[in-house]
Amino acid sequence: MTTQLAVIGAGPGGYTAAFYAADQGMEVTLIDPAKNPGGVCLYRGCIPSKALLHVAEVISEANHAKDWGISFSKPIIDLDKLRSWKNEVVEKLTGGVGQLSKQRKINYIQGSARFIDANTLEVEDVSKKKSRQSFGQVIIATGSSPAKVPGLSIDSPLVMDSTSALELNDIPESLLVIGGGYIGLEMGTVYATLGSKVTVIEMTDGLLPGVDRDLVNELARRLGNMFHEILLNTTVVELKEEKKGIKVAFKGEAGKKEQAFDKVLISVGRKPNTKNFGLENTKVLINEKGFIQVDGQRRTKEPAIFAIGDVVGEPMLAHKASHEAFVAVDAIAGKKTVFEPAAIPAVVFTDPEIAWCGLTETEAKRKNLDVEITKFPWRASGRAITLGRTDGLTKQIIERQTGRILGVGIAGPRAGELIAEGVLAVEMAALASDVHLSIHPHPTLSETIMEAAELFDGQSTHFMRARRK
Amino acid sequence: MIRDVIIPDIGENIEKGDVIEIRVSEGDIVEVDQPLIEFETDKAVVDIPSPSKGRVVKILVSKGETIKVGQVIVQIDTDAADILQTKKKEESKPSKRESASEAKTQPIPIRAEQPKKVEKIVAVEKPPVVKAEPALPDIGIEPVLAIFAAAASPTVRRLARELGVDINQVSGSGPGGRISEDDVKAHVKKLVLQKGGEPAAITTTRVPALPDLSKWGEIKREKLSRVRQLISESVSNSWSIVPHVTQFDKADITELEDFRNNFNRKNQKSGIKLTVTAVLMKVLAQGLKEFPRFNASIDPASESIIYRNYIHIGIAVDTERGLLVPVVRDIDKKSIVDLARDLNDVAQRTRDKSVRPDELEGGTFTISNQGGIGGVDFTPIVLWPQVAILGVSRSSMQPVFINGQFEPRLILPLSLSYDHRANDGADAARFLRWIVEALEQPLMLYVDK
Repeated sequence: MTTQLAVIGAGPGGYTAAFYAADQGMEVTLIDPAKNPGGVCLYRGCIPSKALLHVAEVISEANHAKDWGISFSKPIIDLDKLRSWKNEVVEKLTGGVGQLSKQRKINYIQGSARFIDANTLEVEDVSKKKSRQSFGQVIIATGSSPAKVPGLSIDSPLVMDSTSALELNDIPESLLVIGGGYIGLEMGTVYATLGSKVTVIEMTDGLLPGVDRDLVNELARRLGNMFHEILLNTTVVELKEEKKGIKVAFKGEAGKKEQAFDKVLISVGRKPNTKNFGLENTKVLINEKGFIQVDGQRRTKEPAIFAIGDVVGEPMLAHKASHEAFVAVDAIAGKKTVFEPAAIPAVVFTDPEIAWCGLTETEAKRKNLDVEITKFPWRASGRAITLGRTDGLTKQIIERQTGRILGVGIAGPRAGELIAEGVLAVEMAALASDVHLSIHPHPTLSETIMEAAELFDGQSTHFMRARRK
Repeated sequence: MIRDVIIPDIGENIEKGDVIEIRVSEGDIVEVDQPLIEFETDKAVVDIPSPSKGRVVKILVSKGETIKVGQVIVQIDTDAADILQTKKKEESKPSKRESASEAKTQPIPIRAEQPKKVEKIVAVEKPPVVKAEPALPDIGIEPVLAIFAAAASPTVRRLARELGVDINQVSGSGPGGRISEDDVKAHVKKLVLQKGGEPAAITTTRVPALPDLSKWGEIKREKLSRVRQLISESVSNSWSIVPHVTQFDKADITELEDFRNNFNRKNQKSGIKLTVTAVLMKVLAQGLKEFPRFNASIDPASESIIYRNYIHIGIAVDTERGLLVPVVRDIDKKSIVDLARDLNDVAQRTRDKSVRPDELEGGTFTISNQGGIGGVDFTPIVLWPQVAILGVSRSSMQPVFINGQFEPRLILPLSLSYDHRANDGADAARFLRWIVEALEQPLMLYVDK
């Protein structure tokens, strides 16, 4: 008897699960409100934001080029064309994924689903037609939505979340970004490069809370120049819509202050989508943080229901969702797979980018672990110098006794592309010697990884550190 | 959380049993594996252990009740406040907990030594609707970053999981303690050898797949009973490990038979029947002392023979569920009458399924008597790790040439199968001859040789 699987939500978690399940021979129904699979990531998250960030990078580089003897005049920004290109990117990707879904003969339903009981879904398609269907197994991949700040709910087109910010309706003269996490900083970067005066407010005492400070510092310097103001240890107390903007009252180190902005972006995190699809009719449990409770195989308390992606917990990243998808489908197929990666990379696509995986220095200190941290500054990297971008750092967190690489952190242009080597090193339980004995090509930024590893066993060729050993 | 404890699936065809004894009371705190009830099945009486630590909230069965496999017997509160403290400590180590739960649901180790006896039921949780892995740790919120856990690549971790091995228990031979595929395989081999003494001498010849027997006519498939499966494993084991030779001989038991019938007639009231088997046991008590190499075991790993300074004889009993071999202990310390009594008792209890699992193990020698059925000469299979087994067939009147003429004598056929590694043909011939002479001239037993 073929496994009948329903996947609710077609984001990176949902569609990966659906595709993998179909490839395993299961009969899959994939339900999502959009015309094609893609979810938040493809439609209004990862993909459009990276497209815009690329544009921001080009503008920045063009500006930088005057230092090298190439002067461009101030760019003319055709917002409509930019928006339409961004939409094209989204179309291409979502259309492509839609094709893949058809190729695999997946029953894609544009609509929504609700649990009647653990094995029965009431599906309502886009034409409002309802039907009840039974499934042997269901995977919940409903993702997450932008979180709201309690007490600051104001319904105004001038107050945006990440979704509306990506619609790029206009470039406000002044933009307040509430929340100094990766979404706020990425969107802030886009708008600042396109011409807005951006102010960032962060509740804690540093941007990107939780990330190693030395990596953030490489970014903070540049952002300090790019943004109009960065206010740490500051919270927003009130938002009031006025005639031509939003008046914001905030409380910070310097006491209370009020300022008006043309637009506000609220980017204080994301909340899992667990409501309004009938989970109460099943044994599925939500934990105290609002995520669906699952075991190592991503199975919920209801044996026939699995859940993956943002809806089950941190880190809320697309690649975590897609790998959880493999595990859940394997579990349904009866395999003994468990989601237990040694490292999940994270990337902040600001300029410079920040990327890390595995154990961070912050975690290592907190847990009082016996590790050695090696740091290779990019001012010692040949490639970085040719790019005119020595604002970078590659670091490794290494188990002192064995030389095993437990974590890697990189700040600098292309960090997101470089971090994969770090993930592989951590997963393979590579030793520092394994990495620096592997020949890295010259001149590339990847050599910074090799040299950071060299520093564990002595000195690196291009950087001498004070020997502590 | 209130957890239902059920009678686990013990084996094929076991659907129900009786509650012999309830070992806990409502309100007791129980530990993992602590026996909750004694449960009598087809084969033997077993303890049903607790799958978790907690307080017994409700006992749902009563002594003497017949209950089914899968039925809830006890409810345990695993969150009872006074046990939460220790539970928190246990749960903060996810890798340990995983290996503990893996150990929980490992199958009952099958000892090739004896046919099936249910030694100890391993606790299982109430099976969920969908077949799930044994109690996986509740990871959920923050992903478990396996830092400081096993230094093994994803492929090796996956292999370990597929083989049912806790990667954190494997020692890595690579630099920095890295675990390779070979390390995982070596660990599995070690576990297999530890588990039930499955010897390395298991045949490695490839077993061909069964042809489609329905090709030639109608077939009917029936699942083997647990006892059958265990016998199958035991004899396959013995067959492949022990180089068998069977030595045949015949004993003239005319006089012994007279004595036996006389004795039984005189002792009818005592209810004790002297059987040929009981007499044989007494004979063997002395015989195995004179020929200790037939009361031993061969250990190829240490290249030695292990002499056993005790004589426990297993008696093959034909029951409706198959062959079982209960053991009568310390034969040499008992009189023939004691032996007859013990023998009758254990045979009876084996047939009515009240024999204890420990009574089915520990034998040093075995007797298999087909006399009750008939036939002449057979080649019994040695019950490894023993080195010999005496088969006895039905005695019959035979013409024997004595003093110039044929006389009718009662002849008992004996078949001694033995492990040629421990004894040679001459040894076996001598041993069997000794037994024959002891049966024919019993007073020789008391004469110092």
